[in-house]
Parts: sequence; structure tokens; C-alpha cells
Amino acid sequence: MDLTYSPKERAFQAEVRAFLAEALPPDIAAKVAARRELGKAEMDRWHAILNAKGWLAGPWPKAFGGQGWGPVESHIFEEECCRANAPRIVPFGLKMLAPVLMTYGTPAQQAEYLPRILDGRDWWCQGYSEPGAGSDLASLKTRAVRDGDHYVVNGQKTWTTLGQHANRIFCLVRTRTDGKPQEGISFLLVDLDTPGIEMRPIRLIEGGYEVNEVFFTDVRVPVTNLVGQENEGWTIAKFLLGHERTNIAGVGFSLQALEQVKALACRVTRGGKPLIRNPLFAARLAAVEAELEAMRITNLRMLDRAARGGRLTTEPSMLKIKGTVIRQAINDLARRALGPAAAPFPSEDLEANLQIAPEGHARNAASYFNNRKISIYGGSNEIQRNILAKGLNS
Amino acid sequence: MDFSISDDRRMLTDTLRRYLFEQYPVDHRTRVAYAAPFHDPAQWAALAGLGLFHALAPEDRGGIGGTGFDVAVVFEELGRALCPEPVLGQLMAIRLTLAAGGDLEPLLTGETRAAVALDEAEAGWDLDALTTRAADGRLTGRKTVVYGGAGADRLLVAAAGPGLWDVAAGDAEVAGYGMIDGGPAAEVFLDATPASCLIPEARAALEEARDWAALALSAEALGAMEAAFAMLTDYLATRKQFGQPIGTFQALQHRAVDLAIEIEQARSIVILAASAMDTPERAKRVSQAKHLVGRIARQVAEEVIQMHGGIAMTWEYPVSHYAKRLVMIDHQMGDSDWHLERLMGMLEAG
Repeated sequence: MDLTYSPKERAFQAEVRAFLAEALPPDIAAKVAARRELGKAEMDRWHAILNAKGWLAGPWPKAFGGQGWGPVESHIFEEECCRANAPRIVPFGLKMLAPVLMTYGTPAQQAEYLPRILDGRDWWCQGYSEPGAGSDLASLKTRAVRDGDHYVVNGQKTWTTLGQHANRIFCLVRTRTDGKPQEGISFLLVDLDTPGIEMRPIRLIEGGYEVNEVFFTDVRVPVTNLVGQENEGWTIAKFLLGHERTNIAGVGFSLQALEQVKALACRVTRGGKPLIRNPLFAARLAAVEAELEAMRITNLRMLDRAARGGRLTTEPSMLKIKGTVIRQAINDLARRALGPAAAPFPSEDLEANLQIAPEGHARNAASYFNNRKISIYGGSNEIQRNILAKGLNS
Repeated sequence: MDFSISDDRRMLTDTLRRYLFEQYPVDHRTRVAYAAPFHDPAQWAALAGLGLFHALAPEDRGGIGGTGFDVAVVFEELGRALCPEPVLGQLMAIRLTLAAGGDLEPLLTGETRAAVALDEAEAGWDLDALTTRAADGRLTGRKTVVYGGAGADRLLVAAAGPGLWDVAAGDAEVAGYGMIDGGPAAEVFLDATPASCLIPEARAALEEARDWAALALSAEALGAMEAAFAMLTDYLATRKQFGQPIGTFQALQHRAVDLAIEIEQARSIVILAASAMDTPERAKRVSQAKHLVGRIARQVAEEVIQMHGGIAMTWEYPVSHYAKRLVMIDHQMGDSDWHLERLMGMLEAG
């Protein structure tokens, strides 16, 4: 047994680390470290830097302009990005739609959209959930009715992440109402400039703005924007949900967050001593670190399985459940470590003028609240448990 | 044995609950709690008019209550309504003024709004680590996250010693802001600020006032978790996925029931603490309550969000604000670990 990366993988890791040290703008890294919201310009800037290096779409096949990274390289890249406080690559175009187009899209769709995803001309967002269709996604009701060379779309999507920056949206729509709900769904690409679309912000628990509702009223979409066959959208949706799942555990985020909590616990005092020497807090830190190390190895074991060509079935659900719970436990400690200083509503103004929490930690409570989402989105942990339970019985 | 609450307190509870339900609905609360002055001054005056502050003080000192149970029922209702009015500072000021033998009247009428400045950045909740210094009737130092500090008339300041000092808010530099869960707080900068000494050796008085505040916060959390739990059970009964109410799924039913059990435990420990406020067991019972409630409130907040799903992650849906309050109560007057350590220190004494 060998728990370490191969020499080739280690060389790649060193290359990524060196690149990040040189190319990641310090202002962006500082914002990520302090968990402040990035603007579109900052995300575009980072994407452009990665694209110039050819690493924005590392996992894409070379034929489409990627590097053909396997699961291990992709994992190393993401792990190093977390370590360096690089922004997360916005996944909707690069990691979600692109593999769908490569697998189900026509050559014309691939030629039109993939280059625009790479160079940032298109910012895609996702139209999956609806107010009445969350965990039960297949019950979605947004209708697309054929009218000549167009579909006419009516309905409402929700939880559309970063839709405020997007110019396009990929949607699951209902094209048939009889039969099983899963059998009447299609995958449609929609230009957000089309008349009849309205995007409304949803403010989140901690006050931030990252998700939206999208309303469609008689929106005319060319039939050439259908991906795959009509009524086969559910297959694509499942493909998409099953894709790129080895990083679902967020181990990189957790490792980075744990280092930050440890540093914070060395810095703040409780009862005249550094918090890290407080037995109760230290016990919590040490316990969560043990969990995280186990998770790191679980993740590598599943990665290895995937890299050897094994098909991951229930593994991503395990990674998601345990990975999110651990990450949330670390966020919880980051908030607790602040004691009274966790309480202020964070704002640029407050951070600049009053410095109540140690620098870089003013948003620990906000980030704890915001990250309650990670056990809900992308198939809640309850839905993941259903998937796992089915696996047990089959 | 009789666990029913007295008729007087039942009347107080009913009056306050009805008033807050009608006059301080949660959408109004969300509007006022997050924008300066982070509460509703008209409601502050109205609550004073209802006799809210009188209920926090004993009858022989001009109040109409002042027992642990009076404080608990008042704060339970404030919690149920998620009321952001800075009543906690008033309660502590009443206790400290009682200890100092001062005049309660302006506090009881609400004419004076007081905030109590305990915490410092380096000291956390530790009264022994305070660095604010007193010299020649003047204070120098910085007090952090003073609840209700923005807009208070008087500041009762704990300085190194610890001693207790009275500062007119206008004499200090008070930088107000809102809290992440709503309501006003402030940083207080003292730079040779004129102050009068209320209690030179104030450890016992400060610990007692903090215990009253911890009881109040525990009761507030109890009211808030009952409200949040009621919203959860409504949602479980009405939200349908997979063709049925999600409350019909056993996986969720069991978790909801676990919360109900924990909330009963929280109620019991609050009752126990309330009963011990004027006894030698006060500190122990209060720490048991604050420790247990700190843990339960977080569990309720996290589970209520998770079982609702995305809707509870939104600002618009009131559960999110209840969840924030439930978690952040643990950051006031000692968190669950701080109180656990205090209890650990008392184990050998029995």
C-alpha cells in the first residue's frame, strides 16, 4: 500500500504550487481567505489567468482545449487552489455544461459554446430547482411547448447561483406531461437576453446575494438549443450530477479552513491563555482533525478507484455527506473561537474602521451561516442517504 | 410540587405575548433589527409603558417582580417574538443598581436606557483579564461588543479590579453597529473619560448580574426555539415532495421528535435556574442552563434549517433569523464551553 502521490503526480503538485505562488493575485487571495464575496470582475480576472496557462479547463479532453487531466490531477489542482486561497472555479459552464455538451451536444453546439466558456464570453447559470421541485427535482413544472422552430417556455426556476453575472442559463424543462415525470424532461440552453425572462435576487440568511429566482414568461427559444433528444433531459441531468464528483467532499476547503482556525486559536485568548490551550476547545479541534484526516484518505481511496477506471456509484454520496458535515464543524469552531467578537454584522466599513475580530476573521459567523447550504444544495444530505440506502438494498 | 406558573406571571406572559404578536410581527422586526438604530425606539417606550422593566425588579424596590421566574417569562416571550429591543442591558443595569443601592426609577420607567460594558477583545468573558484602567475618576480602555451600547444613555463599565463605573454615554466615544442576528451593539472607547465609581469591589455584583443575563438569554433561546420548532412542524405538514408531505418521512419525523425532547430539556433547565436565582446554587444552575441551552439552541437552529431545506437559507423566511439568534445567543455572557468549564470547577465542591 502506498498512501502518497506518484513521483509524476508530485511533480505536477509542485508545478501547480509554483504557478499559484506566482500567478494568483494577492488581493484576490486575501479576499478568499477572509471569506469576502468576490465580484464578477475578480472571478473573470482569475479565470483569464488560468485560461492563459491552459488550466481553466484542465479536466477537459485536449481535443476541446483542455489538458485531459485525470481525477488525481484534478484533485491535486483543486487541493492546491484551496491551499493558496485561490477562488473556486465557477463550475456552471466549465464543469457542468461543458461535459454535457461534449457527451450529448451536436458538433455545432460544441463549436459554438465551448470556446465561449473558455474565454469568458459566456457565463452560464443553472435552471434546475423550482419552488415546488427541490429534492423531488423530477416533479419540475417549467413548460416548454413546441411552436414551429421554437420552444415557448413558461415557469420559474430558483436557487440559480450567480445568475446575476450570467448571460446564459441551462434549464431542465417539461416537454411532456403524460407518463413518468422523469420521461418528459428536456435540457434546454437559453440566452438570458431573450424577452420574457426576469431574474430576481434572493438574499441569503447572512445577508449575502449569490442566488436568484428566474421567471420565464412566453420565452421563445430556438429548437436548435435543445441538447440531446427531446424528453431525454433526465438522463443528462443524472449524467451531470454524477460528473466530477470526486471533489464533492471539499477536503481542500476543510484543510484550509482548519489551518485558519488553528492559527486563530493560537492568536485569541480565553482565561488569559491562548484558546488552543483551552482543553475543551483543543479537544474539539483535535477531534475534527482526526475526522478530516480520515475523510482525506477516504477521498483518495475513491479517487484511486476512479483513476483505475472504476465506476463510482454510491461513493460520491458518502463523500458529500461526511465532507459537508466536517466542513460545517470546522466553520462552527471558527465562529466559536471568536467569542463575543463573532457577533457584529460584518461590513467593509466595520472591518476597516473598528477591527473587532482579528484580521481576516470578521466573517466567521457569516460564513458559518452561509455554509449551512452545503448540506442542502446539490441533493441534500437526506437525498444522498436515500441514494445510499438504495445502494444497500440492490 | 407544582410546575404551573402563577396567575400574575401568566397575565404578564399573555399580555406580552399578545402585544408582541400584534405590534412587533417578525417582518417589522426584520426591518428594524438590521438598520440603525437596530431596534424600534417607539416600541422600547411602549414596552416600558407595559411595565416590562418593572417586572424585572423586586417589589420592595419599586418593581413588580424581579424573581428568576419573572425574568424567565419576560425573556421567553421576547425570544418567541425575536424581539431585538436591548432589554438585556436594562436587566443587568437593574441588578447592578440594586447591588450598588442606587435609584432604580429611571431604569424602570425606561426613561434611562443603560448598557453594561463587560467584555474586552483580549479578555473575552474573563473578568480577571480586564485592562480598562481607572485613575482619578477617569476611565481609559476599549470595551467590545457592548450589547445595546448604540443609543444607550448610560454605560455601566467593568474596569480592571474588577470595579464598576458609571459613564454618561455622551462622554465616551460610542461606535454603534448592528449584530449579525439583529439588534444594537457598540464598541466603547474610553480615553480619560469621566466616570463615577458605583461599586469599587464589584466581582460579586458583576458575576451576579451576568448570571441574571445568562438566565435571561437561556429563557430567550427557549422562546425562540419553540417558535422555530412550530414553524418546522407546520412546514413538515404542508411542504410536499414525492407526492406527500415531507413530514410523513420517518427520517424527518424522528429528527423532529429528537428536537422536541431537547426543547423539553431546555425548558426544565431554565425552570431549575430560575428557581435558584436567589439561592447559593445560582451560579451552578445558571451555568447548567446556559451550557445546555447553548448546545440545544445550536442543534435546533441547524436542524430546523436542514429540515426546511433551501427556504430556511433565505433572508425572507423568518426561520433564518430565528436560527441566527439561536446560534448567536451562545456568544453572549459565556458560551456553552465557558459555562461547562465553570461547572467543572464546581464539581469537587459538590
